[in-house]
Amino acid sequence: MTERHRIGDEDVAIEATLNGKPLKRHVKARQHLADFLRQELELTGTHLGCEHGICGACTILIDGHTARGCLTLAAQISGKSVDTIEGLSESGKLAELQKEFIARNAAQCGFCSSGMLLTAYELISSGETVSRAEIREVLSGNLCRCTGYHAIVDAVEAVSAKSAKASKGGRS
Amino acid sequence: MSAIAPSSTGIGARVPRLELKRLVSGHGRYIDDIKLPRMLHACFVRSPHPHAKIVSIDIEVAKQAPGVAAVLTAADINPKCEPFIGVALHRPGHRSAPQSLLAADRAVWQGQPVAVVVAESRAEAEDAAELVAIEWEPLPVVGDQMQAIAPGTPAIHPELPDNVAFDFSLERGQPAQAFAEADFVIEEELRFERQMAMTLEARGLIADFDPSEGSLTVIHAHQSPFQMQDVFSRHLHIPEHKVRVVAPDIGGAFGMKLNIHVDEIATVVASMVLGRPVKFCVDRLESFVSDAQARDHRIKCRIALKKTGEITAMEMDDISAVGAYGMPLRFNVAEGMMAITITGAPYSFENYKARTRSVYVNKNLIGMYRGVGMPLACIATELLTDLAADKLGIDTVEFKRRTYRPKSSLPCVTPGGQRLETVSFHECLEKLVALIDYDALREEQRDLRQRGVFRGLGIATFCEQTAYGPPYYGPSGAPISTQDGCTLRLEPSGSIRCITSLTDQGQGTLTGIAQIIASSVGVSIDQVSVVGGDSSISPYGGGAWASRGMAIGGEAALRAGTMLKQNILSLAGTITQNSAAALDITDGQVVNTQTGQTVISLADVGRIGYFRQDTLPPDHDVQLSVSASFVANDKLYYMANGVQASYVEVDCETGFIKVLGQWAVDDCGRVINPLLVDEQVRGGIVQGIGAVLYEECIYSEDANLLNGTMADYLVPMADEMPDIIVAHIETPEASTRLGAKGIGEAGLIGAMGSVWVAVNDALKPFGAKVLHQPFTPERVLDSLARARTSSRTPETAQQSAGR
Repeated sequence: MTERHRIGDEDVAIEATLNGKPLKRHVKARQHLADFLRQELELTGTHLGCEHGICGACTILIDGHTARGCLTLAAQISGKSVDTIEGLSESGKLAELQKEFIARNAAQCGFCSSGMLLTAYELISSGETVSRAEIREVLSGNLCRCTGYHAIVDAVEAVSAKSAKASKGGRS
Repeated sequence: MSAIAPSSTGIGARVPRLELKRLVSGHGRYIDDIKLPRMLHACFVRSPHPHAKIVSIDIEVAKQAPGVAAVLTAADINPKCEPFIGVALHRPGHRSAPQSLLAADRAVWQGQPVAVVVAESRAEAEDAAELVAIEWEPLPVVGDQMQAIAPGTPAIHPELPDNVAFDFSLERGQPAQAFAEADFVIEEELRFERQMAMTLEARGLIADFDPSEGSLTVIHAHQSPFQMQDVFSRHLHIPEHKVRVVAPDIGGAFGMKLNIHVDEIATVVASMVLGRPVKFCVDRLESFVSDAQARDHRIKCRIALKKTGEITAMEMDDISAVGAYGMPLRFNVAEGMMAITITGAPYSFENYKARTRSVYVNKNLIGMYRGVGMPLACIATELLTDLAADKLGIDTVEFKRRTYRPKSSLPCVTPGGQRLETVSFHECLEKLVALIDYDALREEQRDLRQRGVFRGLGIATFCEQTAYGPPYYGPSGAPISTQDGCTLRLEPSGSIRCITSLTDQGQGTLTGIAQIIASSVGVSIDQVSVVGGDSSISPYGGGAWASRGMAIGGEAALRAGTMLKQNILSLAGTITQNSAAALDITDGQVVNTQTGQTVISLADVGRIGYFRQDTLPPDHDVQLSVSASFVANDKLYYMANGVQASYVEVDCETGFIKVLGQWAVDDCGRVINPLLVDEQVRGGIVQGIGAVLYEECIYSEDANLLNGTMADYLVPMADEMPDIIVAHIETPEASTRLGAKGIGEAGLIGAMGSVWVAVNDALKPFGAKVLHQPFTPERVLDSLARARTSSRTPETAQQSAGR
């Protein structure tokens, strides 16, 4: 076949931490992280809405910070720690967020939810109280076509208020 | 309703959705998450030209590319599928050229599929698709509706020389006379650009044809598995009982995933050709050129009034560009027909004239999308009546109070032909006025104008045709069922399993069904599980579209639940030697209605009913599985209604518009789950705001799409949207036991109307109007500039604008 079809086809060795566990793999140089997570590791909780960095459905955490899975090559995560919705669910702040999302129906089709939750998780992880306006601003990198955002903002605000209260209580 | 036991998780309860924990934990199973053994992946080669002759196609290089199983063109695919003719038989004169799956010798829109590459991975299929060499000869392009009907414009299809798909007029009363005798007439021209549904998950399916059985299973991100079962059977000549269509979790649909997309059918043909499962998931870039689009209308509308404030006549003249073919089964006449027939519906008037034309252009097909033509009717009506109130010197709310159809006139048929029975315009309006503190907002608006801040308040009344029925689709010739069904089974442990013909794309229909079953049987929702969206296992049905899930599928569930309860009580009576009439079911226990004491548990009824029939009398007929279907044979729709308000601020220097507040009072009949209904309304509102302010498929004059990325096609972001207050009036549908009407489109319809009116309200001090959707900053500034130029006394205008 023509040369062009081999560009990006070369294997790259990576060593990283994924959802708290060591990961050692060979990845195709051209494969983006979201495809790698979904197709090779079957972690399908990370969704692909646009594959050009706008919609935010593929948001994951790299070293604790949100990143677009579709704009990150799998080869770039070597030496880093990656967290996905699968790894963070069921405990801690993310579980609190999920609980509030469910109580308020802050997810309808659920396609944006993984990314939305991880963005919210990063926002409230500081423990600072965040205002509705700040929540709306930070969540603007994650598009939702179903909910109208109001319930999502309510849910994040509720967890933020609770955790700010808790951390205040802890200090006093 | 008397048969329904009150319950904390049943009808009317704010129950969180049953599947939501799964969805927010990343355990959703969307179409692209599913892998089948031996599965291949499809990628389509699409026309880069809006209109061009295919001189030659060379697939030889592509066929040799790594991983490629097949490269199929029209010659391979089209003969295996009956062409689609998107014509509604009940609309005389409606015409369309037949549409085949792949373009054979000519492409008629940019994005039309020409060839399909099937490979071991999507990446390899995409690589090989680039190697398909097509020689094109561009042809003259019909770019918009005005060009399409202009004399001398070439025909897109030789058999349709005038490019007209449909031309329909209606007249009631004496509109010409009423306009001639009016004290004043207000006339406007409105433009609605093309937009799309922009589901966050694009379209997709996995077609799995088994050559050994001649059977087809399609896992299809589609709102109506039954519709697609029929299409695959009928058009691909597979016996219907060998076709199964299953809907997985779906990442948003909004009507778009109801349409017939030829690339999806071609994927099924590819599976039949190859005898292997084939997955096709549209990527975002191709969704822009291949998802059925919406709107694209130009409307001239006018209203005639007497000085006394009476509306004497209205008129609509709509022309829409519907793409290159008629949308199969769902029809490109729907938007225009809805727009002209619903216009004016909330208001008292008698004389009406309307025309709608659908015309073909070299663009992608117009199909179903949330609201269909209803927002256009709402906008035309509310803009004209708001301007009329100004002209009369009457406050817009007062005008509505005086001019809405009074309750005493119901039931009635409007001049547009809408049957109104249980609508509640006045109640919704009064609740809204109280909710928004109308007078205070008006005062704030006046004060701020003096300080050079331009805010507008818009109120929009709307009608929503929900749950379209057999009188519409039956005569259309489309094999689309408007009934829905429900099968219930008491499990031996006393829990209830439900299979519904409905689907759920996030609305929460399946949870609503579980609540109805909980109430009608007498159990907690924890004891109910619901499966939907599988054409092979439930009673035949329609699915979730046209705001019909609760109204139709819910009624079927209620009837099935009532039947199952009777059967359980009959068995419980036999077991416990009581009369069934003396028993009831509460919280999963059969109780004596007099004493309230438990007689037997459902678990014991199930155990005996399934495992110890030997202890029952020989003639006791145990039926612990029941099915019920429901459709209203004579109902065109259940008419829901509501009123919304928008409070907006227009920056007259930049043209930017900010929605500061949005309120909705909605009447969808009986509310099954207020939590989910409110969120449906909010979500619809934000899509409506997006439509008015941001969303546009921007085409060049010669029909090249200019904004094919999500960076360029703008949808609402969290930061731009207001908090949204939702309230309800509940006027149950009178003809069903459940009394539910639909809710899916209400938010969008009303919000589009109220934002249109609010923005134009804000611009009133300048004498400016923005009438071209979306209201981009450029269009706002242009309208301000036009007003400045045309104003005879600009200084006065500026002064009155408070500047």
